[in-house]
Amino acid sequence: MNEIKSSSANVEERRYISLTVNDQQYQLEAGTGAGKVDPSDTLSFTLRDTLGLTGTKVSCDGGACGGCTVHMDGQAVLSCMLLTIECDGKAFTTIEGLKNPRTGKLDPLQQSFIDHTAFQCGFCTPGMIMSAKALLNENPSATEEEVKEALSGNFCRCISHYQVVRAVMAVSGKGR
Amino acid sequence: MTMAVTYRYIGKVIPRRDGPDIVTGQSAFLNDLKFRDLLYGKVLRSPHPHALIKSIDTWKAEQVKGVKAIITYETVPDWKSGNPPIHLLDKKVRYVGDAVALVAAETEAIADQATRLIEVEYEVLPAVFDDYEAMKPGAPQLYDDLPGNLLPLGLSPTWANEIVMGDVEKGFAEADAIVDGSFGYDNIPNPIPMESPAAVALWKEPDMVTVWVSNHKIWGAKRILSAIFGDKVQVRIIGGACGGSYGSKSVSWQVQCYAAALSKATGQPVKVSFSKEEHLASFVLRPATRLDAKIGMKKDGTVTAIAGSWLMGTGYYSITTQIQVSVGCGEAMIAVQCKNWNLKPTIICTNRNASGIVRGFGGQELKCALIPLLSLAMEKLSLDPFDVLKKNFVKPGDGYFWRDAIWYNYRGIDYSRAMDEGASVFGWKQKWKGWLKPTSVKGTKRIGIGVGVHGNADVGEDMSEAYVRIDNDGRVVIGSGLAEHGTGQVSNVLKVVAEVLQLPLEAISITPGDTLVTPIEWGPAGSRGTYAILSAVISAADDAKKKLFELAAPMLDASSPEDLETADSMIWLRSDPKKRVHWKQVLNLRNVMGNGRFEPDYTLANCMISFVELQVDTETGKVDLLRVVNATDAGQVIDPHGLEGQFNGCLGSAGIDSAIFEETILDPTTGYMLNANLIDYKWRTSAELPVIENVVLETPIDSHCFHALGVGEITTSPGPSAVLMAASNAIGQWLYEYPVTPERILQALGKSTEKKKGGVL
Repeated sequence: MNEIKSSSANVEERRYISLTVNDQQYQLEAGTGAGKVDPSDTLSFTLRDTLGLTGTKVSCDGGACGGCTVHMDGQAVLSCMLLTIECDGKAFTTIEGLKNPRTGKLDPLQQSFIDHTAFQCGFCTPGMIMSAKALLNENPSATEEEVKEALSGNFCRCISHYQVVRAVMAVSGKGR
Repeated sequence: MTMAVTYRYIGKVIPRRDGPDIVTGQSAFLNDLKFRDLLYGKVLRSPHPHALIKSIDTWKAEQVKGVKAIITYETVPDWKSGNPPIHLLDKKVRYVGDAVALVAAETEAIADQATRLIEVEYEVLPAVFDDYEAMKPGAPQLYDDLPGNLLPLGLSPTWANEIVMGDVEKGFAEADAIVDGSFGYDNIPNPIPMESPAAVALWKEPDMVTVWVSNHKIWGAKRILSAIFGDKVQVRIIGGACGGSYGSKSVSWQVQCYAAALSKATGQPVKVSFSKEEHLASFVLRPATRLDAKIGMKKDGTVTAIAGSWLMGTGYYSITTQIQVSVGCGEAMIAVQCKNWNLKPTIICTNRNASGIVRGFGGQELKCALIPLLSLAMEKLSLDPFDVLKKNFVKPGDGYFWRDAIWYNYRGIDYSRAMDEGASVFGWKQKWKGWLKPTSVKGTKRIGIGVGVHGNADVGEDMSEAYVRIDNDGRVVIGSGLAEHGTGQVSNVLKVVAEVLQLPLEAISITPGDTLVTPIEWGPAGSRGTYAILSAVISAADDAKKKLFELAAPMLDASSPEDLETADSMIWLRSDPKKRVHWKQVLNLRNVMGNGRFEPDYTLANCMISFVELQVDTETGKVDLLRVVNATDAGQVIDPHGLEGQFNGCLGSAGIDSAIFEETILDPTTGYMLNANLIDYKWRTSAELPVIENVVLETPIDSHCFHALGVGEITTSPGPSAVLMAASNAIGQWLYEYPVTPERILQALGKSTEKKKGGVL
């Protein structure tokens, strides 16, 4: 997916976007076509369609629902509202990158979501987890009110919120 | 209540089977699937609410590199569905957003560009958006063969199309109070599952089509598409994780047919995935309801007569509105045991997006108007609404006409105890101060309470089949046509088979949702999962166990297979447990297959009562939901976390919040939906969660061996009318319209002159 097609075109004219996603480095050529980054490509499109990381879900595609939340340099961002060409040099974590890469063990927050059945259909869950994780990274002992506030941009129509707040609170304050 | 029976899995918190995939992003929703040579389909939509297509020129669009097919009403296959059936593409467009042309291209961007290059000349026709206006002589006519824009009732004359029984005149004569009124629940809220409707189709000429769907009823989709394509075409439906439905995706024939038509035209797989704006503006809404009726009530709360007309606005066509009317009538009878009825429904078409299936399915719509009307009578007689709703709810020995117009004698439990327990947890008796009286007033803040109730006999609707195959390695495979849509149904099927066969859950798998390999399954709807779906699975597991015992009996010198027991893959003689044999030894090079089937049964009904407490700010008009207490009796809890999730779902998916702020706003001059996006369509965030308390009793119900009954579908239904009641009590004035927006509150208080009706500005 991340291989760069070599061609005989003038090398000087090529531009590359460097991204680090889940500790893996990608160099993507700017341009139109498979594997490249078009100037109109959103980060969520690049993650899902170019890099195949479909764990990041897109629902409204307009910055309203929080489904596509990922971390950029540790901060929660909406990947549907960022253009990939503006993300050169940035480091991202997606839902696929939360597991411990060496042991394969789930992040305690992911495990807590399973233990509390903090989802129904599960479509909003990756975004919920990434929003909550960003909060806990910054504030490991977040209060219930802080958790609710941090998740207030995450749309869920099943109303998993109550179980989500419980799952996050079970991890909050426990540290890592 | 403590149960005599202890189970290994039933009623225990067991992690969902799909949990690890969900929390790691590995769940494959439709847009996560990869296909070779996939094309992307887009729909060109009408900017006019009502128009004839005079010409379509696709030449410019066809010249775009990467465009593979363009389909218009002139080239589309003659595919129709709905009640009565409409064409997939038509020469006439009937709402802003109606499909005009379909494009398949190599990328979404190319498909988008091509749709913009299609030149359409319209002859714009007058349009009608108001349900009453649509019935008037001279109103614009949507269909040549539906004069007055009236739709035929019932799927056939054998369906329940009204409630006519007893003698209403006699009933009114017996009444101590008679009220006449009109309440509407016509703000057409949208359930908006997070995953938008989508489908991928691959048509292999001449007559094989495979459709990957984003909905949860794969056999329902097969049935509908088979009827559309005709007998010659073999339809295979594959379902995966479904990102929410709340009923709405149950019927998704249009998006599926767009993909199928484009695949038929190109020979390649085609995906059509609605944007969120398309989802809101061109996929289904709740039907609009208005009830004009007269109610007779006695001093003791007995409802003596109900007579009136029930108008259901279905938008530009009906998917299942007739069935929603039939079920809604039955659900009204379950909640209100009245001997004399004359309720006449009407279904009307207007130039707006279509109404479809949403949790509550006709019953919530009718109840949102019927309970407020009953309340007017209760107010006259100074009766406590809790007492009246409890008294009138169906009890053993009572009955109702169900959707098939057949009378069913109710053989379920008395829900009075669950209602009492809910009232006690809520503190109803302490808080109730009488009609149109707030429970407390502090400055501009007034607190009000309300109660609503709902029940549904679709818990036993339609058919389910399942198989349970015990493989010779001792593992078990369940064949079931389910696609998980959030209720945990798939995990509960695994749980139930593990309980019947006394196996570790890890030894049990379930087929993917694929009609090629699964038996027929109506799918989750109407809370039928717990009774109907599980009954078929239990029967299949029992059947497999019986066949296994028949093979084992001679090996253990048992005189009858019934003398055997099994757990953890060992079978033993009950009278001599030392005589035992492992499943693997019994099966050797053999599998056994058990089959199960559930036949419809409408003699049981579930029940939900919801109590709400809210605060109205008389200065701003804002309504804040403070507390909700839901109560039911589930017979036996199967999955505590899943049940809690269903209960909490009472707020979203066009539930309680459809009474507070959820609504679809149509521009009455252009027919445009003004809030067809997730910023302008209001939804509840985690920062504004009310307290929810859920009360669940477990009185064994005569369903299947686990005595359980589902309630998931109906949790949205009792709340909206409870909110209207609570807000009316808080401000001391009757409110007649949903939702109770600040404008409506201020208007009722005489602080605003702005007029606003239903879903129309």
